[in-house]
Amino acid sequence: MSKSDPNAPKRLALIASKGTLDWAYPPFILASAAGAMGWEVGIFFTFYGLTLLKPKLTAAVTPVGNPAMPMKMPFGPDGFQSINWPIPQLLMTNVPGFNALATTLMKQTFENKGVATIEEMRQMCVEMDVRLIGCQMTMDVFGFKREDFIKECEIGGAATFLEYAGDADVQLFI
Amino acid sequence: MMDVLKEDQVLDCSGMLCPMPVVKASKAIKTMEIGQVLKMIATDPGAPPDMEAWCRQTGHEMLRSQQEDGKFIFYLRRAK
Repeated sequence: MSKSDPNAPKRLALIASKGTLDWAYPPFILASAAGAMGWEVGIFFTFYGLTLLKPKLTAAVTPVGNPAMPMKMPFGPDGFQSINWPIPQLLMTNVPGFNALATTLMKQTFENKGVATIEEMRQMCVEMDVRLIGCQMTMDVFGFKREDFIKECEIGGAATFLEYAGDADVQLFI
Repeated sequence: MMDVLKEDQVLDCSGMLCPMPVVKASKAIKTMEIGQVLKMIATDPGAPPDMEAWCRQTGHEMLRSQQEDGKFIFYLRRAK
């Protein structure tokens, strides 16, 4: 629609394929920002990204195999907070609850800095009529049912998304 | 000398980071009449370029963009 009609709003088509907390932010932030600029937005949630359409979001994050993740504490005096702790991978994989701790600390860090939660951003997307498309194939493969996801999403396949993306100005795979 | 700008609404986005400033601005502008002025306060260092891009994309006017006491102040006019 956007390409054929120069007066139509710009369109953003995203694929959200990851379900960890760190990768949940990019699609919702981009979608909210584009929506705020009057763009049409559609997000296709596939593979692990489909978990971002559950009513209760339980996205977690792990530092395992993520050497780019800063390991800083979101509490304490400034000097302490600026320390990037060199934690051995072996410790991360052998201490029970390490991922849960990393998830809690990441959420605290984001809250301290004034970044909205994933839930808040998803709600903003819903209010801005962002199309949330759940991948039918992923649902079948992982045994999910329509009732497992928020009512505001629609179900579709690759063709549904590609038709939408074909007329988009920006197409991104996250 | 800067002429006095009278705002019709104030939106304080202090402490909020991307994408909140542009999202809140978008919501606030929709509640206003065409021609009205929104005064927006932000602390996000990304806000100045973001708000300019937002104005270009939405067609609303950036009347003034300034810094005051470490905060960014934008005067936006609803254009359509």
